[in-house]
Amino acid sequence: MPKAILYDSTMCIGCRLCEKACAEHHDLPYNDDVAKEEKLSAHKLTAVTTHGDKFMRRFCMNCISPTCASVCPVAALKKSALGPVTYDSSRCIGCRYCMLACPYQVPTYQWHSRLPVVKKCDMCADRVAKGMPTACAEACPTGATKFGERDELIAEARQRLAAATPGQYYPKIYGLEEVGGTSMLLLAAVPFEDLGVKVSLPHEPMPMLTWRALSEIPSIVSVFGVLLGGVWWISHRKEEVAAAERAEREKKS
Amino acid sequence: MNSIRNGAKPGFWQILAIVFMLAGAYATYVRVTQGLGGATNLSDQFPWGLWIGFDILCGVGLAAGGFTLAATVHIFNIERYKPILRPAILTAFLGYLLVVLALMFDLGLPYRIWHPLVMWNPHSVMFEVGWCVTLYTTVLALEFVPVVFEQFRWTRALKVMRAILIPLVILGVILSTLHQSSLGSLYLIVPEKLYPLWYTPLLPVMFFVSALCAGLAMTIFESWQSSKAFGKHLEMPLLSSMGRVLAVFLAVYMMLRFIDLWNRDALRLLLVRRTETYLFLLEIAFFLVPMFLLWRKQVYSNPHALYGCAVLVLFGFVSNRLNVSVTGMEAASGTYYFPKWTEVAVTLAIVSLGFSIFRFACKNLPIFAPQPTVERHRSTAALPAEGD
Repeated sequence: MPKAILYDSTMCIGCRLCEKACAEHHDLPYNDDVAKEEKLSAHKLTAVTTHGDKFMRRFCMNCISPTCASVCPVAALKKSALGPVTYDSSRCIGCRYCMLACPYQVPTYQWHSRLPVVKKCDMCADRVAKGMPTACAEACPTGATKFGERDELIAEARQRLAAATPGQYYPKIYGLEEVGGTSMLLLAAVPFEDLGVKVSLPHEPMPMLTWRALSEIPSIVSVFGVLLGGVWWISHRKEEVAAAERAEREKKS
Repeated sequence: MNSIRNGAKPGFWQILAIVFMLAGAYATYVRVTQGLGGATNLSDQFPWGLWIGFDILCGVGLAAGGFTLAATVHIFNIERYKPILRPAILTAFLGYLLVVLALMFDLGLPYRIWHPLVMWNPHSVMFEVGWCVTLYTTVLALEFVPVVFEQFRWTRALKVMRAILIPLVILGVILSTLHQSSLGSLYLIVPEKLYPLWYTPLLPVMFFVSALCAGLAMTIFESWQSSKAFGKHLEMPLLSSMGRVLAVFLAVYMMLRFIDLWNRDALRLLLVRRTETYLFLLEIAFFLVPMFLLWRKQVYSNPHALYGCAVLVLFGFVSNRLNVSVTGMEAASGTYYFPKWTEVAVTLAIVSLGFSIFRFACKNLPIFAPQPTVERHRSTAALPAEGD
């Protein structure tokens, strides 16, 4: 069954232990300076962002139908059955279409490397495969980041919303339907746009947008092939007829 | 060197081309040693810039004259366009080679450019683009190579090429149609990033039709340039009728654009005072002005006016591609992108390289010459017809 993370912003105290655990697990440097950077980059795969007295986490949403995986020309990005969207750097050609296409602007690039690769949160695919929770969920001291089965976490989020006192929660589970659903589920006290989360996204999986165009290719090839061959046959047929008629005329005269 | 040997002083454009290529060489050094970060102003928020927007999107579009004319001459059998077919094929072939060269700059790991050929993902538009570039560059090479065979009088090789010409041209038209439209499809995936004056589910159709316009305009442009550069007779009646076809194509394109804006209820965006609105109006003006002018006989039969219209269309085409790939994407990216000088230098160097190779090929290969070997074969075969 697919795994997921439930991040409850109302329980987050902004301690950034998730950032630290993430950096350690992915062999990335982490210090006070990195902690201050409130945005994703090739050396920071998750970031806690501050919005007044509230917090939000930025990470790869590990979408159910990932846009990045659909646009990657070499299938370097893949959705695994357990939930994580993984990246195989040995296939990557560096076209950066995943970065352009990702609705959450998540994949980042090693811009100053001579042999750069894409970097993004992979929901600790290696740990999840071993049945362990993600590094961030394990490190979270308050339970704001919780790892588990997606179905169970959705049920739990619904319970929290139902049992909430007025004003405790903004009544929405983010990630249930956005771009066809994500592995990262979010809860917050205020509207999500106030916490820098993109809310204008369609509920249809994004890969459908390009697939509709791509699925026309066989028809274009066959129709154009027959059409052009036909035009060639007709346009040269006229010539043949004209030549034959001329020969006929010459014979008569 | 070439011009010195010819006994002429290098002109303004030659010197400019050399300056651009030297600057490009240094920019290449920066790109190789400092990576994309050192050579470009690209960022995680803005991963595609001038190299994709101009070198690739415009480069491919401007090569559209090749398949348009190949279809006109060989498929529709409108033989009178033959004198300008070869320059158009050469432009397309060079255009595609330069696109591949530009890709080598833009790809993070250029030595893996062949990966999409073996590591498949048929759900990716970029995968389709990769295959189209590879296959169509091969087709263009095959369509162009008879010129070289003629130069060296390899009649047997010429015969083989003639035998496969028609299937090759048909394949070329199909691949071009797919490729031109797929460059538009690339942006179908960013509905919430590309400004709605440009984002439409019809992007592939728009890219294809505007590429047809650009291909025609480019053919008029290069015929005019070549006639100036090589003192060659200008095929004015041909170019005039191309100008009229261009007017019709432009009208179709503009109709599509405005019907689409109307259907998506995006016309009201023209009342919003933002940079995008002005850029859109400028782009549309570049298409509308030549469209109206080209309906007039004074314009399409006058070489200078016709040339001016072609240049306007090319400007319109380039602004459209840059609007889709750069300016239309800025607002939603949350950052500001303007190309670094090294990006501009590489682009200018690639353009200069294109002009130089075109010039070299025209001087050394039978591009404009009446094709002696082919014509002889053809005329013996169709002698009765010629006698009429």
